[in-house]
Amino acid sequence: MAIKKKKELDTEEKSPENRILSFPDEVLERVLIFVKCHKDRSAVSLVCRDWYNAERWSRTHVFIGNCYSVSPEMVARRFPNIRSVTLKGKPRFYDFNLVPPNWGADLHPWLVVFASAYPFLEEFRLKRMTVTDESLDFLARSFPEFKALSLVSCDGFSTDGLASIATYCRNLTELDIQESGIDDLGGSWLSCFPDSFTSLEALNFANLHSEVNFDALERLVARCKSLKVLKVNKHVTLEQIRRLLVRSPQLTELGTGSFSQDQKLRSDADLESAFSNCKNFNTLSGLWEVSSVYLPALYPVCANLTFLNLSYTALQSTELAKLLQNCPLLRRLWVLDTVEDKGLEAVASSCHLLEELRVFPADPFDQEVIMEGGGSGVTESGFVAVSEGCPNLHYVLYFCRQMTNAAVATVVRNCPNFTHFRLCIMNMCQPDYLTNEPMDEAFGSVVKTCSKLQRLAVSGLLTDRAFEYIGTYAKNLETLSVAFAGSSDRGMQCVLEGCPKLRKLEIRDCPFGNAALLSGLERYESMRSLWMSACNLTMNGCQLLARKMPRLNVEVIKEDESDDMHAEKVYVYRSVAGPRRDAPPFVLTL
Amino acid sequence: MSPPLEHDYIGLSEISTMESSDKFSSSASSSATVAEDADDRRRQALNLKETELRLGLPGSESPDRKEKVGLTLGLLPKSFVSGAKRGFSDAIDGRAGEWGFAGGAGSEGELGKGGVSFSPRGEGGAGGQHSGQGSAGKDAVAKAAGQEKKAPAPAQASGGSDRGIAPAAKAQVVGWPPIRSYRKNTMATNPLKNKEDAEGKHGFGCLYVKVSMDGAPYLRKVDLKTYNNYKELSSALEKMFSCFTIGQCGSHGIPGRDGLSESRLMDLLNGSEFVLTYEDKDGDWMLVGDVPWEMFTDSCRRLRIMKGSDAIGLVT
Repeated sequence: MAIKKKKELDTEEKSPENRILSFPDEVLERVLIFVKCHKDRSAVSLVCRDWYNAERWSRTHVFIGNCYSVSPEMVARRFPNIRSVTLKGKPRFYDFNLVPPNWGADLHPWLVVFASAYPFLEEFRLKRMTVTDESLDFLARSFPEFKALSLVSCDGFSTDGLASIATYCRNLTELDIQESGIDDLGGSWLSCFPDSFTSLEALNFANLHSEVNFDALERLVARCKSLKVLKVNKHVTLEQIRRLLVRSPQLTELGTGSFSQDQKLRSDADLESAFSNCKNFNTLSGLWEVSSVYLPALYPVCANLTFLNLSYTALQSTELAKLLQNCPLLRRLWVLDTVEDKGLEAVASSCHLLEELRVFPADPFDQEVIMEGGGSGVTESGFVAVSEGCPNLHYVLYFCRQMTNAAVATVVRNCPNFTHFRLCIMNMCQPDYLTNEPMDEAFGSVVKTCSKLQRLAVSGLLTDRAFEYIGTYAKNLETLSVAFAGSSDRGMQCVLEGCPKLRKLEIRDCPFGNAALLSGLERYESMRSLWMSACNLTMNGCQLLARKMPRLNVEVIKEDESDDMHAEKVYVYRSVAGPRRDAPPFVLTL
Repeated sequence: MSPPLEHDYIGLSEISTMESSDKFSSSASSSATVAEDADDRRRQALNLKETELRLGLPGSESPDRKEKVGLTLGLLPKSFVSGAKRGFSDAIDGRAGEWGFAGGAGSEGELGKGGVSFSPRGEGGAGGQHSGQGSAGKDAVAKAAGQEKKAPAPAQASGGSDRGIAPAAKAQVVGWPPIRSYRKNTMATNPLKNKEDAEGKHGFGCLYVKVSMDGAPYLRKVDLKTYNNYKELSSALEKMFSCFTIGQCGSHGIPGRDGLSESRLMDLLNGSEFVLTYEDKDGDWMLVGDVPWEMFTDSCRRLRIMKGSDAIGLVT
């Protein structure tokens, strides 16, 4: 419960307006409890001093989009009653190896401060942070009420750290380590959950490479009656999944292990009945190494599926089509491009409620393999097909090797409500393969038609024209990712001048130089961050920016000594915490 | 005997895709030398006659046919038996299969290592795409250093290349395509594995095996389950690889046709026969056609259309 603050009693010193307009803090705080979204809360805190105070006392969840924008001490000073912390660390391009390892974003300093400021902290949701085993151990011992740990794309820890969590967090409800780079030292961490431990509601260890102790897992699942989310790794066999399902028919989200079996199952009917007993599935994922003969066992649970993640499953179009016929309520679908255009046509005919589609490349670096029957992967026609069958589509991530301006125009005409449009034509700088023109018009049509667009990732051959379109039309754009595009500084300038809501701009390998960088002088303080690598920036330009905007951290990552003047990788972000104190030697703060 | 690893003129070597992606992690600093190699190879490849790859009817239309008569793809008529085929060619009746892969495509070859686009579909206008290849070569080299590129790179069709530009350098641009490291590492072992595993599995799903052809810039994959006998397999393979020749025929001024005609045969002078071989579960390379079909599908892990001269050492 919020700790009440004593109201000042010398109200007679306040002006009449204040007395009339202010009402008890307690009331305001009561109301503010219902304001959850951090953006709204930020807005509330700007109204006036009283509201700022009421808001800070009543806030229980703090979202920090850039761990270096503020210090843990400042957070603790402002918000006394935090129960849940979301923290994001490294720049997103770290995921693509553009940021050197040991860059930073260490969780530990935050833990140390929060251990004394928020002893009743319950949740940490971390993305791209470095978390060590020592930190996990410290966390587990410092917060007796700790409930939920979610580590997305984090690194630095091993299964030993998980063992600490399992051992000491008596009230744990959620443990999710998806996509984190974990040092896998073996599976005994699961056995560290004491027999008396029953509170688990969500467990995701899909990315672990080693086998876990299945007996321990089965017993854990059996005694945690509130378990709703279970995502296992690929070592869990089909038969083992069956056994787990028998124990936990209340699951709503399942990530299977391997979906094939070397020896025959006890019986297929048993598998099917195990699945049929689960009436509440809305999410299915995993499905490593699917053997299509077992796919029909899933059909009973498909009826209520809203999210199907097949992005690690090399399905063919016919298999996908059969599966999707059973999934009429699907809203989110992630697939590999092994399903090809035909598979996407099946999506269009079966899943009319689809809102989100992600198509990942099965062999993004393998230039040699071509699937029998034609091309490999998906093309523009699959994209168009989906848009024709799924008018509610608003989120797309599409990896392909060819695209045309006309196809994209058709897609957005069919689906004008895109909020997230991420198109990756994997061949760099590839023009419209039919007309040989740049892909400017494609993205032009996206921004003209999709007024609600928040996130855009562009690819293909693009000139400044594309960025002119973006600057002119994309008035709600918040995140823009650009690679190998543009012809001059003007491109970047258009975006910086024209997109008032821009918060994150990440650019690589584009001909944007100091003039472009400096044109955004006024903008960067209202943005979370700017990343520019392999552009035409120089140290002088960056230094100028740093001098003019003291509340920005302008960091240059210098990995080799060759060219002192060139600023190879530049990361600019607003911060009230001043320059980093933990910067490694290759990060220069200007 | 294991097949030779390097093929000089095109530079296509017999490595798995996973190995090749490891290779690609070498940095772009090697791009300079590779570029020269690429140019050399392309020049060599443009010696059309020498580099023409064809399956010929030994003893028939091609006068310069080498003496490896016995080693043929077995798409050959029954009449042609010497040395070869036990079973396989016997199963094939009267078809003169000939495929050629003219050297003009060699320019793709050298891009092929790094991935070039070659549309296997044909409907994309194979010829048009091919014409784009040549110019892509030079641009490819510049791109390899990961520098920002202004000129359009007309490389591409639905085919293999994900980068299309850097290919000749065989160097991967860091962080492109933008796949998360986690997914990259997982994919390296999984979905490809799906198919590899399928090769060994009995009766489940499909049985995809890779088919490589000496001199071709890319591999194909076929599902052995979709064929019932050697004849169907061979005709499918012929169709698959003959689409090269359609484009090439065009570029040689020879009218392209589906399949190959007798007159085409006449026109292709220097031929060297090709042999269909496969790698079995034990890693040995065997000639296709020796064993009953079911046994073949059970044990075949990958196929290779090998130059006759290389296959000469193979024994059952």
